Parts: sequence; C-alpha cells; structure tokens
Amino acid sequence: MADTVAVPPRQARRKVLPEGVFAWSLVAPAMLFIGIIVAWPLVETFRLSFTDAGLGGETYVGWSNYAELFHSGKFYDIVYRTFYWMFLSVSLKLVMGLIGASLLNAAVPGKALFRVLVMPPWVIPIDFGVIGWKWLYNGYFGFLSGILQRLGIIADPIALLAQKTSAFYAAIVTDVWVGTPMVTLFLLAAMQGVSRDLYEAAWVDGAGRWYRFRRITIPQIMPVIVSMALLSAIWTFNSFEIIWILTEGGPRGATTTLIIDTYKVAISSQRFGEGAARAVVIVGLLTAFSLLYLYFLNKVNKHYGAK
Amino acid sequence: MMDRYTFLQKVGIYIAIAAFLTFVLLPFFEMFRVSLRPLDHLMSTPFRFWSDDFSFAAYKQMWISVPLLGRYILNSIFIATSVTTLTMIVVIPAAYAYARLQFPFKAISLAVFLGVNMFTGAVLLIPLYRVLRTLGLLNTYWAMIIPGVAFLIPTGIWLLRSYLEKIPRELEEAAYVDGASRMYTLRRVVIPLAVPGLIVVATSVFIGAYAQQFLFAIAFNNQREYQPLPAGIFEFVGYQQVTWNEMMAASLTGILPVMLIFLFLQKYLIAGLTAGAVKE
Repeated sequence: MADTVAVPPRQARRKVLPEGVFAWSLVAPAMLFIGIIVAWPLVETFRLSFTDAGLGGETYVGWSNYAELFHSGKFYDIVYRTFYWMFLSVSLKLVMGLIGASLLNAAVPGKALFRVLVMPPWVIPIDFGVIGWKWLYNGYFGFLSGILQRLGIIADPIALLAQKTSAFYAAIVTDVWVGTPMVTLFLLAAMQGVSRDLYEAAWVDGAGRWYRFRRITIPQIMPVIVSMALLSAIWTFNSFEIIWILTEGGPRGATTTLIIDTYKVAISSQRFGEGAARAVVIVGLLTAFSLLYLYFLNKVNKHYGAK
Repeated sequence: MMDRYTFLQKVGIYIAIAAFLTFVLLPFFEMFRVSLRPLDHLMSTPFRFWSDDFSFAAYKQMWISVPLLGRYILNSIFIATSVTTLTMIVVIPAAYAYARLQFPFKAISLAVFLGVNMFTGAVLLIPLYRVLRTLGLLNTYWAMIIPGVAFLIPTGIWLLRSYLEKIPRELEEAAYVDGASRMYTLRRVVIPLAVPGLIVVATSVFIGAYAQQFLFAIAFNNQREYQPLPAGIFEFVGYQQVTWNEMMAASLTGILPVMLIFLFLQKYLIAGLTAGAVKE
C-alpha cells in the first residue's frame, strides 16, 4: 500500500490514508463514546468495589466487601433467585415465542395484521406496559382478581403483588410479556427462511404437520433459537424496570434479583463500595455465562450445519 | 395443498391466535378501560368490568393535574430524537468500516462493542454518575442523552453493518477508480444507497431511545422541567392517592408517538431487524 512503490497504472493508488488508519478514524468516535460511558465506569466499578466509598470519602478496604457478600446466606439466596428468574423467564419466552411464531407463520388470512398486533409490548417504553400490569394485578380493583372472583374461582380479592410467591410469578409473567414479541418476531423470520423444498419433500413422503415441525422446522431454526436464548438471558438477568416498578424487590425481598439488590445498596442506601462489589459479581457471572453459552452455540451451529 | 387446513384446523388456529393476542394486548385494553372511568368508580368494590360512566374526562383532567405533562412528552421526543441523531452520526462511519474495510483489531473491537450489550446502565450507575458529574452534565438533557447514545451504539453498528454488507461493492469501486476519495465515496455513494437501511436502524434506535429513558432520568436528572415522560408519569402517584385513570390516559398518550412511527414503518422495520436471522 505504500504510495512510493511503483505499481502498474491500473492499480495505482493516490496519496490516501492507509486503510487501517482510515478505518480506525471512522470507528474512533463510537469507540470513544463506549470508552467514556461504559469502559471507564466499568474500571471504576472494579476499583470502588475494594473501597468503602459512600457519601463521605473512600478508603481502601481490600476484599472485605466481597468477603461480606460471600459470607452472607442472603446473598446466595439472591443469586439463586436471579438464576431461577432468568431460566424460568427465558424458557417461557422461548416457548411463547415458538408458539407465537408458529401461529403467525400459519397460512391463514390476516396474518400480516396479527404480526403487527404482537409488537406493541416491545415498541413502547417498558414502564408504561408495567404500569398496566400493576393495575391488572391489583387485588381490589384489578382485572385479574376481579374476573377470578366473578367466575367464582376465588372468593376474596387476591392482591397478587402482596404475597411473596405470587409476586415473584407475577413479575415473571410481566417479564415474559415484555420479552415475547421480540422472540416471536425473530423466530418467525427464521421460520420463513426455511426452504419450502424440505417441507414439500417430507410432505410427499407422507409426513404430518407435527412431524415436519419437529424434524424440519426446529432443527433448521435451532441456531436462531439458541442465539435468542442468549440475548434474552442477558436482558432478563439485567431486567430492572419491570421488578422495580411492580414491587421494588418486595414483598420481603421475594423479587429481589442481583440487579435490584445492587441498585438498592448502591443508590437507595448510597453504599457505593458494597454496591460496586455486587456489580462486579454481576459482570463476572454474566461473562462466565456468556462464554459458556457461546461455546455451546458454536457446537449447536456445527451440529446443525449453519454458516 | 400442503398448506391447506381443514375448517376445524382453521378455527383452532384463529382461537389460538386470539388467545395469544389477548395475552399481548390485555394490559392495553385494561389501561384504556381504566382511563375512561372516574376515579371513585374505579376504586369501588365489588369489581365491575363494565359500567355506563365511561368518558374521556381523564384525558382533559391530566393536563391540569400534572401541568408539566406536555413538557414531559416533548422532552421524551426531544431526548429520543437527539439520541438518535448522535447515535447515527457515530454509527454510520463505524458500521461502514466494519462492513467494508480491513484493519488491525477489527474482530476484537467489534466483540468489545457487542460486549457492551451485556451491561445495563443499572450496573454502572455509580461511576457513570461520577463521570457525568465530572463533565458537569448532571441535571441537564445531556445526562440522559449521552448514556442513551452509548448503550445504543452497539446494536446500531450491528444492524447497519449487516445491511451495508449487502450493498454491492462494485459501485464503490467504480467511484474509487474514477478518483473519488474514500470520504467522498462514503458520503456520495454509500450513504445514498443505504437510505432504506438507515431508516430501519434510525427507527429502531429511536424506539430504543424512547424506551430506555426511565433509569437515566431517575438517576441523573432532578430538574423537573427536563424530565421525560417515563419518569414524569409517576407524578400521578400523589401523597394521598394515585390518580390511576389519568396516569393510564397519560401513558397511552405517551405511547402514541412511538406507536405511530412504528405503524408507519413496521414493514421495513420488521424486515430489516430480522434480516440477520434469515439464511440466504
């Protein structure tokens, strides 16, 4: 590429920036942004986690924030709850997404309209949808409790967000509601990309719908299912607004996931150092989980012969 | 023939679709129902689904109860528009570099961008707060715009890159052979060709920017007049009572701009967003 070297006229290069320099000058603004707003705070979080930073000054305290975390049974409960929250919610999103995509993929009139009607939870700001759910869950005036009473299934108003178990599952339902449209949309796109020849060949051989779904559709869209699972898992793990608006982590900690706990400690109680230690644990857990998952994704892609 | 359903199968499919859509749309119906009823009737037991007191009064009253409501909605739109503009300015060149050019650390730096998706603002709030304080941006629009841009850059680059890769190289090479500089080629050849893709990316960035305002607003801004709607909506939660009907009316009004944009562009948006999921 050096412009002093004599080259045949056809490939002659004018005096231009080397490709690498030009490319980096294009990437630099974006990189700078990420550097200041994400990378630097990440480094700072790491540093703060070894201090007792709060509203006052900060002193180095070594590993004591971490020691405190790992010696508290409550923290293990929260970690366990977070993973349980993640696995349950992501599984439900995938199942709902698969059902939704199959329905929207069925060759019936009106499917273009249905596809648009599925999207709103994803398009609107999360908190507006969650406000709607909060009302739905209201024991005295909410729709769910009201309908159940009308149908005679329950005798008295049931405040779904006031009891530990029901609050947790109510938050899961709302999280699934928020996450389902995107999974549906991507699985639908993947289904529409499956070659018709495969289905026709199977059909000629007498394969039924269910058999075609199990043996053609699922294997063909497996790479998309697996990558959607990873993306949803990360988002669900990090999900903040839904729980915060519904329950603020309550009642009595029943919906406190790692993110909520971190926010409570760091922002509500202003114990920055301890909050930072929790944030570092989150980053560590997510990184480990993602790497493991990418390794798995690679295997799946090989197995199903995707590009 | 393969796709033909019996009558019963068709009925079954429609029932299943109806059930699925009920789950998806239930909160919206409920919000609308609540917004139409007077508060004291709403807060009465036993539960009544239907009543004859429906009116649009809450849609008028909400502007009086929360005088800054209009300002909040405009703030939301302003913040989302600024975030979108800034994001596109940094995303377009970066996406082009990843789509077309070879450079050192290309794969690693792309992985770094995508890794950002793993973090939410919630994890980084404390140091981010300090960074914004150092830059003197707390309690300004910038406190909500700058972090918003950072967290949308990765997705923007990812989407636009896959779109640019589909544009044939020959046109750029022709311009280049004709003596156009790299920057000129990018400005005059690539960007005009990429307009449909740019619309898809900008729309999804706008939707994301409109959706993500809550956290940054409650954490980095305490100036009421700069607050976006997702944070301002909680002013309907009073000391005495929550004016649910007006809160729902305001929520539905706040959803409107982004729903309209989505409805106008949904065809392109859906196709553009899912392009990566489809094998060619």
